[in-house]
Amino acid sequence: MPQFGPSFMRTMGAAALGLALALPGVARAQAPAANANTFDAVRARGQLVCGVNTGLAGFAQPDSQGVWRGFDVDYCRAVSAAIFGDPNKVRYVPTTAQVRFTALQSGEVDVLSRNTTWTLSRDTALGLDFAATNFFDGQGFMVKSALGVKSAKELEGATICVQPGTTTEQNLSDWARANRIRFTPVVIERLEEIVSAFVAGRCDAYTTDVSGLAATRSAQPKPDDYLILPEVISKEPLAIGVRQGDARFADVVRWTHFLLLSAEEFGITQANVDQMANDPRPEVQRILGKNGELGKMLGLDNLWAVNVIKAVGNYSEVFDRSLKPIGIQRGPNALWTGGGLQYSPPFR
Amino acid sequence: MSDITLNASAKVAEAVPRSAPISQVGFVGWLRTNLFSGWLSTAVTLALGYLIIRWAIGFVDWAIINAVWSVPNNQTQACRDLRGTGACWAVVTEKHRFILFGTYPYEEHWRPALCIALFVGLYIVSAMRRFWRKELALIWVGVLTLIGVLMWGGVLGMPYVPQERWGGLVITLILATFGLALAFPLAVLVALGRRSKLPAIKALCVIYVELIRGVPLISLLFMASVMFPLFLPEGMNIDKLLRAQIAIILFAGAYLAEVVRGGLQSLSRGQYEAADALGLSYWQKTGFIILPQALRLVIPPLVNTFIGFFKDTSLVLIIGIFDLLTAGKTAIIEPAWQGFGIEVYLTVGAIYFIFCFAMSKYSQSLEAELNRHRRH
Repeated sequence: MPQFGPSFMRTMGAAALGLALALPGVARAQAPAANANTFDAVRARGQLVCGVNTGLAGFAQPDSQGVWRGFDVDYCRAVSAAIFGDPNKVRYVPTTAQVRFTALQSGEVDVLSRNTTWTLSRDTALGLDFAATNFFDGQGFMVKSALGVKSAKELEGATICVQPGTTTEQNLSDWARANRIRFTPVVIERLEEIVSAFVAGRCDAYTTDVSGLAATRSAQPKPDDYLILPEVISKEPLAIGVRQGDARFADVVRWTHFLLLSAEEFGITQANVDQMANDPRPEVQRILGKNGELGKMLGLDNLWAVNVIKAVGNYSEVFDRSLKPIGIQRGPNALWTGGGLQYSPPFR
Repeated sequence: MSDITLNASAKVAEAVPRSAPISQVGFVGWLRTNLFSGWLSTAVTLALGYLIIRWAIGFVDWAIINAVWSVPNNQTQACRDLRGTGACWAVVTEKHRFILFGTYPYEEHWRPALCIALFVGLYIVSAMRRFWRKELALIWVGVLTLIGVLMWGGVLGMPYVPQERWGGLVITLILATFGLALAFPLAVLVALGRRSKLPAIKALCVIYVELIRGVPLISLLFMASVMFPLFLPEGMNIDKLLRAQIAIILFAGAYLAEVVRGGLQSLSRGQYEAADALGLSYWQKTGFIILPQALRLVIPPLVNTFIGFFKDTSLVLIIGIFDLLTAGKTAIIEPAWQGFGIEVYLTVGAIYFIFCFAMSKYSQSLEAELNRHRRH
C-alpha cells in the first residue's frame, strides 16, 4: 500500500489540472468532425460568417456609416460572391487577437479573414487550416530620415519602440542577438502612444510589421520625414483560416484567392470582366466559365469567377483600393511575374 | 451671534472714525476667509489662479477658437495644418453616429437612438419616488422588451439586425442596465443566503461570492467568450453579447451582495427580535422590516458599485464587442482620422461623465431624503 504523501497529492492535483485543461482540447478535437461540412452549413444558412479584425487600418475597419471596409473584408465579400453570387451575404464578426481561434473552432465564424500569421503550431494544434496567404508581411524598422540611418545593421545602441506581448518583441530580441546588436527597448502597449512616442523622439526606431509601419508613416503630416529600412527580420504570411475537416470549403476559399491572382495575371478587371468572356485565351475562357466546368468542380456556379471579379475586382484592384492609400507597396505581394511571391496554380 | 446693544449716550465722546468692518459674509467674505486668509494662502491662491486661468484660456483657444468643426469628404488636411493648436472636432462631427451606434445599419439608426431615449426615460421615471409602485416593475419589463424588439427588429416591417452589428452607446446602456437590474435582486438573495441558518444555502452563497470575487472581470469575460463556447455542443452558439452580459451580471451580483450584506449586518438584533415578536414570517420580516432599513443604509456603496460597473462595461472591448469606448477607438483607426484621439476620447469621456455624475447626484438627494429621520 503506497503512502499517499504530498508528492502523490501533487501528482493527483496535476492530473486533475491537466484533465481540466485537456477538456476544451477534447471539445476542440471533436468540433471539426461534428461540423465537417462548413460548406453546406454556409449554403443552408444563406450567409457567410466572417471573422474580421476589430479595427486595423487598410485591412478591416468600419467606415463612418458603420460599413466594414478593407483588404480582409474584400476577401469575405469575394468568398460570399463565389458561393452565393452576391458579395453582401456576409455577417462580419469583429474578433480580437485573443478570441479569434476560439471563434473559429466553436463555429461562431466560418472563416477567419483577420491578418493571422500562418505558423506550424497554429496550423496543427488549433484545429484550423490556412487556406491561402493573401498578404506577405514581415517585421521591419522605421526611423526618422534625419537620423541618417540607411540599414537596420546601423542601429547599434539605439532605443527601439516596440509593443509588448506580441511576437514582435520576441523577433526583435532574436534578431538583435543574432546580429550582436545592443539596443534599449521602449515597451509601450497602445498603438497611438507608441507612435506619438516615436514621433516625439523618445526612440530612434519603431518596429512592427511593415504594413503597420507604412500605415503609420502615411498618417504623418510629412511622410517623407520617415524612412522604412529595407531589412525585414521576420516572415509574417497573413493567411485566411478555416476550420479543419472541410476540405471543400477550404478549396473554395483557396481558389477564390487564386482567382483574384489569376485575374490580375490575365488582365481581367471589375470593369472589363464581361468583355473578357470573348477573350480567345483558353485559360481566361476556363476561368470565366466559358469553357469547361471548373466552377462545378468546386461545387459552385460555373460563373462564380465572373461574380467574384464583378464584386471586388482582381488582386491588384483589391490591394489598391485598401492598402495603397495607406502607403503599402506591393513589394513581396507583387505577382510572380513581377518578381513577387503571389503565384496562382493554373486553372485547368 | 452675540447681540451687541449700543448704549448711545451723549456723554461718550465722538467715536473715532473707523473704516468699515471687514466683511465676514457674502462672496467677498467667503473669499477672504477661504482664499486670502494669510500671506501664504494669498500666494497659493494667486499662483493657482494664474495657472488655472492660463490653462482655461489655452483650453478655450484649443477647443473653441482655433477648432475645426467640420471638413468636407474626409479631407483632414485643414485639421492637420493646425498642428495641435486647435481641436479637430470634425472627427466627432464625421464619426458621431458611429461612436453612438457602431456598425448598426446606417439607415436604421433611429432604432438605437430611440432605445437610448427609452433607457434615459426609464431611468428618469424610476428615479421619481411617486412612481415607486409595483407597476414600475411592469414598466421595466415592458420597456426592456420594447428595446429588445427595436434592436433586433424582424417584426413590424423593421429589418432584422443581428447582434454583431449592435454597437456604441446603446451597448453600454444595455450591458449596464440589464447587468445591474438583474444583478441587484440576485445580490439581495445571495446576501440573505449568506446569513441564512441553512448550511447548504449558506455554503452555496459563500462559494459563489468568493469564487467570483476571486477573479478579475476580464478573466470572467474571457471564460465566457473563449472557454464557454468550447463546452457547448456543436452548432449551438450562445450570442456573444449574452455571454458577456451573463458574466457581468454574475460579477456585479457578487459585489452587490457584499454591499447588501453590510447593510444587513449593521441592523441591530432588536429589529429582528421585534419582527419575530410580532409573529411575522421570514419573508415578511425581511421584506417589511429588514431590507428597507438595510438598503437605505448602503445607498452610498451601492451607487459606488453601480457607477463602477457602468464604466467596467467598457472591458467588453477585449472580446470584440463595440461598446461606446471601443466604437470611439475604432472611429480613429481610419487613416484619414488617425491622430485625433484626444477629441474623440474627450467626447466619450463627457458621455460617461454625464451618466455617472447624474447617478452620483441622484444618490445624494435620495440619501438625504431617505435618511431625513436620522438627521438631528
